[in-house]
Amino acid sequence: MTTSPETVVAVPVRHYGRWVGAALVLLTLGALVVAFAGADIDYQVTGEFLFAPTMLTGMLNTVVISVLAQALGVALGVLAAVMRRSGNPVTRYVAALYIWFFRGTPVLVQLLVWYNLSYVFPTLSLPGFGTWQTNDVMTPFLAALLGLGINEGAYMAEIVRAGIGSVDDGQTEAAHALGMSPRLTMRRIVLPQAMRVIVPPTGNEFINMLKTSSLAYAIQYHELLQSTITIYSNNLAIIELLFTASLWYLFLTSVFSVVQHHVERRFSRGTLAASPGLLSRVRSNLRMGRL
Amino acid sequence: MADGDEQATQSATPVVRAEGVRKSYGHHEVLKGIDLEVGAGEVLCLVGPSGSGKSTFLRCINHLERVDGGFLRVDGQLVGYREKHGKLYELREKEVAQRRRGIGMVFQRFNLFPHMTAQQNVVEAPVRVLGEPVAQARERARALLDRVGLADKYDAYPRELSGGQQQRVAIARALAMRPRLMLFDEPTSALDPELVGEVLDVMKSLAREGMTMIVVTHEMGFAREVGDTLVFMDDGMVVEVGSPAEVLSNPQHARTQSFLSKVL
Repeated sequence: MTTSPETVVAVPVRHYGRWVGAALVLLTLGALVVAFAGADIDYQVTGEFLFAPTMLTGMLNTVVISVLAQALGVALGVLAAVMRRSGNPVTRYVAALYIWFFRGTPVLVQLLVWYNLSYVFPTLSLPGFGTWQTNDVMTPFLAALLGLGINEGAYMAEIVRAGIGSVDDGQTEAAHALGMSPRLTMRRIVLPQAMRVIVPPTGNEFINMLKTSSLAYAIQYHELLQSTITIYSNNLAIIELLFTASLWYLFLTSVFSVVQHHVERRFSRGTLAASPGLLSRVRSNLRMGRL
Repeated sequence: MADGDEQATQSATPVVRAEGVRKSYGHHEVLKGIDLEVGAGEVLCLVGPSGSGKSTFLRCINHLERVDGGFLRVDGQLVGYREKHGKLYELREKEVAQRRRGIGMVFQRFNLFPHMTAQQNVVEAPVRVLGEPVAQARERARALLDRVGLADKYDAYPRELSGGQQQRVAIARALAMRPRLMLFDEPTSALDPELVGEVLDVMKSLAREGMTMIVVTHEMGFAREVGDTLVFMDDGMVVEVGSPAEVLSNPQHARTQSFLSKVL
């Protein structure tokens, strides 16, 4: 029997396994909800403190320290990555040593060392400007910024290095042939092209930073977790308040994920076919004949 | 040298002079003592089988490759070194960059900057390297793009251009630095056959205007029509030098004969 192309019905592949999988996931989720609902947790308290001034201040400080530390990390990362490619062996080894040390020790330890720097250097002095007590200078904010930022720089260095490595050598040759210096070549030709590879993992790093910054509670920096602890040591609603904090972290990372998605699309413009978004995928799947 | 008369004073010193130029990668010697001279306004075509060292030699001229032995001079200056009190001092990267300004290079794979439009590609080096005012550089970029037949492509990105168009932008980009010498490294080898002509036409017009050119090529027709000298290289050595008509129709050396019998 022959059918004309206009009347033929094309049936897409049926994925029965997906339906079974979805059912299993829903069952598990339901069981978890029941367990948590039945537990001795006062969810009212979780909601009550969501917008408490202490929590809002903590949330704001988390954003501030994350943005600043990530910015410091990107700057140090670019510097270290460029240094690692230098023709000067001293420069190269300094960068390698930095990456090795700061990736090789826990960030919590680094935070504590910065905060307790006065044990090593009791005073700090700038010749011609003055001398200060280290304890006065090394506030929780500065210690958190240095600890998180310098640690992040070591990771960013590897990301930037991969980005630089992704740019075709012919680009450097062409720039050199035009009389551009190595520095100008890096700044105008190589780094802009490396961005496409650098941006996506950097977004990931920032999402990590939003959460890693919670370690700064250990050095008295008033970020979100510190606020949480301050409150629950008063009212002893530990789990409830930890849930409040988690809601805020989820909110922050979700908001940034959306930002990241748009930034990535911008940097890959014209090079990758834009993948359809979730909504348009759902819509096309619900169209007649697909079910 | 058809158009070389007005440059007679300059042609006293050759633009490029190679004496016993050697280059090795590890234990593999790719240039085994090259002796060559290129006068002002001369178009020299380098031909030979792949791996014969012709591209390496070309890249030595603007110091993209480092010479291991012998003397290679551009405009009387030793490539990569400063001569002082009978000693040679290796140049710093900045000084190397400065010397490259006067030498334009066109690559087999174009190597346009993909994040810049055609015009931006041409404007970049004059503005950033020579400090030319932006407005003036733009105007000149447009004139150069007009000249290579791309008047309607100022704002096109490289990926929107055909291979032939990209290579013509690359030529305009090199010309924007007002070079005294142009190096072409197999400029048409990566092109679809029907696009080769448009690039060769631009190169021919450059040659007619008296530009000194060294062209690594497999286009024997171009060599015969435009070249003043044809150099046949094989296995890191210059095998035969002569006028293109002479070498192509009456090769003296057995290796030249066997190569030409395969490509002609």
